[in-house]
Parts: sequence; structure tokens; C-alpha cells
Amino acid sequence: MTVARTWAVALVGMVGELVEVEADLSNQTPEFKIIGLPDKALAESVRRVHNACANSALELPRRRITVNLSPASLPKQGSGFDVAIAVASLATEVPMDAASIAATVHLGELGLDGRLRPVPGILPSVVAAARAGHRRIVVPFANREEAELVDGIEVLGAVNLAQVAAAHGARVEIPADQPVSAGDVEQPAADDLDLADIIGQREAVDALVTAAAGGHHLFMCGPPGAGKTMLARRLPGILPDLDDAAALTAASIRSLSGLPVTTLSRTPPFVAPHHTASVAALVGGGTRVVRPGAIARASEGILFLDEAGEFPANALDALRQPLESGTITIHRAAAVAEFPARFQLIMATNPCPCGDYAVRGGSCQCVPAAIRRYLGRLSGPLLDRMDIELRLARVSVAQGVARRDGLTTAVARARVAAARERAARRLSGTPWRLNAQLPGTWLRDGPAAPPTLVRRPLDAALHRGALTLRGYDRVLRVAWSLADLDGSSQLGAEHIGRALYLKKGIAL
Amino acid sequence: MANKDELGRAGEERAARHLEESGYRVLHRNWRCREGEIDLVVCTDTDLVVVEVKTRRGEGFGHPFEAIDSRKRARLWRLAMAWSAAHRDELQGRRIRIDAIGLTGPDPATARLEHLVDVEVP
Repeated sequence: MTVARTWAVALVGMVGELVEVEADLSNQTPEFKIIGLPDKALAESVRRVHNACANSALELPRRRITVNLSPASLPKQGSGFDVAIAVASLATEVPMDAASIAATVHLGELGLDGRLRPVPGILPSVVAAARAGHRRIVVPFANREEAELVDGIEVLGAVNLAQVAAAHGARVEIPADQPVSAGDVEQPAADDLDLADIIGQREAVDALVTAAAGGHHLFMCGPPGAGKTMLARRLPGILPDLDDAAALTAASIRSLSGLPVTTLSRTPPFVAPHHTASVAALVGGGTRVVRPGAIARASEGILFLDEAGEFPANALDALRQPLESGTITIHRAAAVAEFPARFQLIMATNPCPCGDYAVRGGSCQCVPAAIRRYLGRLSGPLLDRMDIELRLARVSVAQGVARRDGLTTAVARARVAAARERAARRLSGTPWRLNAQLPGTWLRDGPAAPPTLVRRPLDAALHRGALTLRGYDRVLRVAWSLADLDGSSQLGAEHIGRALYLKKGIAL
Repeated sequence: MANKDELGRAGEERAARHLEESGYRVLHRNWRCREGEIDLVVCTDTDLVVVEVKTRRGEGFGHPFEAIDSRKRARLWRLAMAWSAAHRDELQGRRIRIDAIGLTGPDPATARLEHLVDVEVP
């Protein structure tokens, strides 16, 4: 046989494209060439495959081998094609089961000693292979748990190349190698942050529960030490577990970021980038390989921007479009990649650089221009997209010495779950599951639209110019979450009033 | 004569015998010109073949064909052109091609012989 075929996966963003790896043996002086737009790491595969085969007692043909990665026009990067290239090349001469090779997808990098090394992005690759109808997949031993997360796929976690060749029927001795490990798997620290740790701040805790119930974006402004960060850190604990699709998306992004994935984590991701983050760090980027940014990693979970006023203004404004659309599309010369960006945004900021502006008992040292510049980074269009704007004050002595009788995480979590279930029941038959996802037309004119009398304060705010129409819709969404938390099946005036207060701090 | 030259000479001997047995007619051995040397020039009725013979005692330093890289192939073609320029009468409309013969084994007389037909231009 002079042409052998197998399969590998190229990732463009989070979408896997099946790549046919074909190796041809022509009767020419020895040469090993890879064609089909390989990048540097992939072109170097020649040496890795060559030495790995030699050290696995598998001899590559001493003739010209041409490996084509098809579709040839799709740019491919990374070292994950090594195993497929090696198997296809060997199969041109070594007797192996051609049908078995052609039906199997091979993923993984080869070490010079012939062992398989783990690669990032296994989970989205296996998902793509399963969607394309492949049932058998070979992955590095260290990635096998990640690959096994996908149902209906037969996974072979191979330690070395000889084992892969033997699985396809080659007569070769399998050396007893120590498998290459994926590096230290960090054990997620037990989450012992409880909502009851927060003393006082009842209003803020209620706002947090409302945000959790409807998946609303939350903006907190308050002096240092008011508990903004404490509050935000306790949000993942009160959110319900991710469903299958969401957990798979979150795990895929983790895998693409090169983080180890061994189980399908049901905990919503919590991403808190430092305020020096650039636009590319937040939205994702890269010249040839497009990597997911913080907002993609926060998808299905929470993006927490602490000290939002310290972030570069352009980085913050880059969040506006994904906040509306729920996806982020990154255009590069080599490829266009799309990542999910369905995150809940939590921003916290001080009222001014020194933090004492407008605080009772505080004396702000900042010049007015500094305060303007500080809060000016948070542009109007960005703040308009926040559902809840919360002003926090320092906890007073009377509250501070009070007993810890606040809402516990367990209770809040149950309330959030009940509210979400109520929303899901109300929204059954629609494509939406959360109040935050509801479109404006449905809120204003849909079957459950509130009567004119109830929304009068809202209309008044719109007429006054205190609200934009987008803000109007956002108030209605939060009002629905408040109604869900109250166990009410209809919007009442009090829900709209409280939602309006949460949005604008406007008392009726 | 150095040991390696003797080995090469024996290898060429064996290659020539193999070609004759396969129906080729040997025209020249070790034809030299300013560009270098051609190991063997053989022909059939339709083809004129410039043959490069590589002999190795073992594969410790790689397969014999691995020594025929793109630079070497380019040189072989230049030599083929030089030879045909010098022997227009013997060409007689034959198609020119380059072959490579690799011999691997301690004794060229019994070594493993591999014959690559029509080595491409680099």
C-alpha cells in the first residue's frame, strides 16, 4: 500500500475541523515532507515523528514520504497532529489494518522517545470527532479522562507510539514506558466561602441573590472595605450547577486554555482578571493561534472585574458587544474564531482614587478632575448594560457587632434555584431559560407584559430621560427576577419599583 | 587504495552486474569530467541511465539513499547533461534518467541491493 489515511482535528477557536491525514510513499530518495499549511510547530513534526518511530522500533520507509493535511487550505497549528502523521506514514509500509487506521482519529504530540505527550484542546477536538461520526479515538494517556467525558466514543489512551501501532495490528513489541503526565493537576480548593460571613449589607446581599436568580450583571460602587470583593467571591456558591451543555462548554474552554480537564465540573467558572489586563487578554486574540480571553473563560459563569475604574477604558468598552450578543468573534488574517461569551459581569469600583469620596466620615483628597477621570473610564454605554447598580456604604459599628444572622449560602442557593425554576416554567415553550436572556419585545409586548398601570413609574423614568430604552428592558428583566424570588407569577408595581431602585438608585 | 574506495569499487562492480542481468548495457564506468564523476552510464533501447551507486557496510550512519540529497541529485543531473553533451552520437534520441543503487552489507557481493528507478529533479 503506498497511500495511507487517518484523521486528526484542527481547532479554529472552539470549533474542531476534521483533517484527513494522508501519507504517500513514492519511490524516490528518502525525504519527509508535510504539506497543507502547517505552522512552525507542525512542520517540526517531521523530526519528532522520525525519531519517535526510530526509538519505537518501528521503521519508517526509506523513500519519499509526502504527508498531506486535507483540507489543504485550512491553516493548522500545533503539535497535536504528530500521532496521526506517524501512524499514516508507518502504514504506507508496515503491515497494519488500513480500515482500522482510516476509521480512527489520532490526537497527540510525540516525544523523541516515542511516548505520547498531552496537548491542549482535547475536549473540543473529541466533540468535533464525535459530531463527524467517528467512534474511535486515540489520545495521549494523560488526556484520556478528558476524552472520555464525551459520550459514545471509544477512547484509547496510549502511552507510546508502539501501543498505537499495535492497536492497528502492527507486530511490534510495546515497551513498558512510564506515561507522560499532564503536569500537576490543581485540586480546586474546597469552597468554604459562605454568604453568612458578610456582616450587615442586607441590601447588597439581596441584590446579589437577585443577580444570581436572573443572571443579571451587577455593578458595585463603594469605599474600600465595604465588602465588594467579598460579595462577588460568594456569588458562584449561590448559583445553581451547570447543565450538561454549559458544563461541556466551560470544560472545552478550559481545555483550550491549556488547563487540565479531568472531570466535567458543574461549578460555574469564576474569572477575575487583574486590572492591568489588555483588550486581547480580555476578549482573546493571538496572531496565528487564536486563544480564548478572560470573557470566554468566564462563559457560563462569572467575570469579576475588581477595581473596574483602574482597567483601561478601551478594555472595558471591548466588553460591550459580547455583553449584548453572548459570543465573541475574533478576526485575524489566518482565521476567524468564535468563542462563547455568555458570562455574568460583576464590576466593583471605588468612588474615587482614594476611595473616600462621598463616604460618611471620610475625607476625600482627590481633586475633582481625578474623580471624573477615574469614573470616566466606566463609559455610559457600559454602565447602561449593567442591570443592577449598587452603592455600598461602610458597615457601621452597630451592624458590625451584630450577631451573624445573615443569609447563609445554602438558603440563598435554594432561593435562587427556586426562582430559576419558576422562570424556566414561565418561559417553557420559548428558547430562553433566564430572565437576563429575555428580549425587549417579549418583555414589553409579550404574553406576560405588565399592564400599563404597573409600569407607569418606568414609563415616567423613560419620559424624563432617566432611562434609555435598553435600561427600561433591563429594569423589566430584574423586576421579573424579583417576582420569581417572591414566588409571584405576575409583575407587580413593587417589583418594578425595586428593580428601578436597583438600576438607578432612584427612589419612587 | 583506501579501504572505503575498495568498498565503493566492489559495490559498483556488483551494481554493474545487477544491471547487466536486468537487461541494461553498460556504456561507461567512472566517467569523469570537470563537474565530477558518474559511477555508471548504462542504456536500454529507449533509455539512457546515469547510475549513482552508494555502498555502506551497515546502517549505522544512515541508509545509503539518505546520502543522495537534493544537492547531490542536482549534481547528478548536471553530470548527465555533461555526459550527453560529450556523447551526442550515443544518445540517439534516448530518454535520459537518473537511477540510484544502494548496497547495504559488510560484503558488497552479498549485500542487500536496492534499485531506485528515475530519481526526480530536486
